[in-house]
Amino acid sequence: MTQLSSIADPGPLIPASGRTIVIPARRLSFARRAIGPVAIALLWGLTTGLGWVDPSVLPSPAGLGEGFVRLWTEQDLLWQVGVSLARALTGGAIGMAIGLALGTAAGLSRLGEELFDALIQMLRTVPFLALVPLFIVWLGIGELPKLLLIALATCFPMYLNASAGVRNVDRKVIEAARSFGLAGPRLIREVVLPLALPSLMTGLRFSLGVSVLVLIAAEQINASAGLGYLLNNAQIYQQVDVILICIVIYALLGLAADLGVRALERVLMPWRTGIAAR
Amino acid sequence: MLNVVAPQSWRKASASAATLAPVSVRAERLTRHFGGRPVLDGLDLSIHAGEFVALLGASGSGKTTLLRILAGLDAPDHGEAWTPRARTVVFQEPRLIPSRTVWRNVVLGLDGAAARRDRAVAALAEVGLSHRADAWPATLSGGEAQRAALARALVREPRLLLLDEPFAALDALTRIKMQRLIASLCEAHGPATLIVTHDVDEALLLADRVLLLRDGAIAVDRRIDLPRPRRTGGAAFDALRTDLLAELGVAAGV
Repeated sequence: MTQLSSIADPGPLIPASGRTIVIPARRLSFARRAIGPVAIALLWGLTTGLGWVDPSVLPSPAGLGEGFVRLWTEQDLLWQVGVSLARALTGGAIGMAIGLALGTAAGLSRLGEELFDALIQMLRTVPFLALVPLFIVWLGIGELPKLLLIALATCFPMYLNASAGVRNVDRKVIEAARSFGLAGPRLIREVVLPLALPSLMTGLRFSLGVSVLVLIAAEQINASAGLGYLLNNAQIYQQVDVILICIVIYALLGLAADLGVRALERVLMPWRTGIAAR
Repeated sequence: MLNVVAPQSWRKASASAATLAPVSVRAERLTRHFGGRPVLDGLDLSIHAGEFVALLGASGSGKTTLLRILAGLDAPDHGEAWTPRARTVVFQEPRLIPSRTVWRNVVLGLDGAAARRDRAVAALAEVGLSHRADAWPATLSGGEAQRAALARALVREPRLLLLDEPFAALDALTRIKMQRLIASLCEAHGPATLIVTHDVDEALLLADRVLLLRDGAIAVDRRIDLPRPRRTGGAAFDALRTDLLAELGVAAGV
């Protein structure tokens, strides 16, 4: 057909368009997220309601509701959760502050990394439960060992994320900031930490989660109130309903922490909201 | 050691008069090794106030190393360089801080009255970007981001402006606009300017003087007396272009 020998034959043509990407409607997003939990709740109601499961193994929704009312009125559940949250947030704040400071130092300087990275990597694999008897021996049975245990546990996730986040901040941007006269604490405050914020927020998420998890260990130490105290007692007396209620409370706390961090991200990182839409 | 030499203002009268102007940059026997290989090898250089100097050279010839030494971002192994205290850099990438709005990027590191919004906006107006003062850097186009970086350099009223391939990452049309902008801004403010580039046309469009770096030293130092405003093409332009390309090891085109 053609006179030119150097023209490559394109062969039969195919449609150029790929598959259409279907983006699910935004307004049904919540409903889709709820499918999983609702399905589990339905299954639970069905199996316990039909008597397939022994109530002492898994109470029915109604039985759990009664247990909840009992906990709320007789044991002042709200106050217990408040005590636990106060412990978790106080200890967590101390731990995260330490983790942030050490992580920033390790991420910025070789010296910082050499000084305490190995130590922290060793300590972070120690289980909290193993530390409880040690803390009792060293620090007694007051509030201090509980707070320090929580602080220690929350320090590690923040350290790991802060050091990785700071290390990954674009060196070229830091160099430019230096060439425009920024140095020392001001460079860290105005450039390094804002750019590491996404990692710091991940650290915050993990640390908040750990801060309530470690309550179980911390409130073994002569506690008379709190989520960990309730769980430890329920474990001793085999109160399945109390354990389940505590688990639900943990789930709700986790959800609240996640929503809180998301809101905080929007407030602290306004420059990222514009990018997501692009 | 980097010291200060005559940071006084100097208005450029003409390209040839610039040789009589005070010295803005003096470098003596600069040597810098990387991994045993000398990138700069006893380099001498002086640039006068108001002079626009283009630094050409093949990849890895040490152009950027020289600029970084003059910017105070790197130190020579031997030799000394003196520059004005007020020196600023525009890098190949804009290097804006994503967490600060454009105008806060412009006044980055400044204090007090110098860090005021109106000063930043005035500098942004000079590069035609005042309407984006409150935008986030991530929402800027490549050309806009580079103009913001230029405003950040100009707001400091530099006596030495160092440009490290500032247009290399821009598209061809934006590059032409940016070249004109730089030429007019340097004419208006009159700093000594050193632009690192591998683009011979760019060097000939902008510079009063073209330096060519080879084997760690200045191999060619040529004054460019083409009339301004300049455009590519024309016999004189083409002759200079062919010469410089030959010096860079590129034979005349087919």
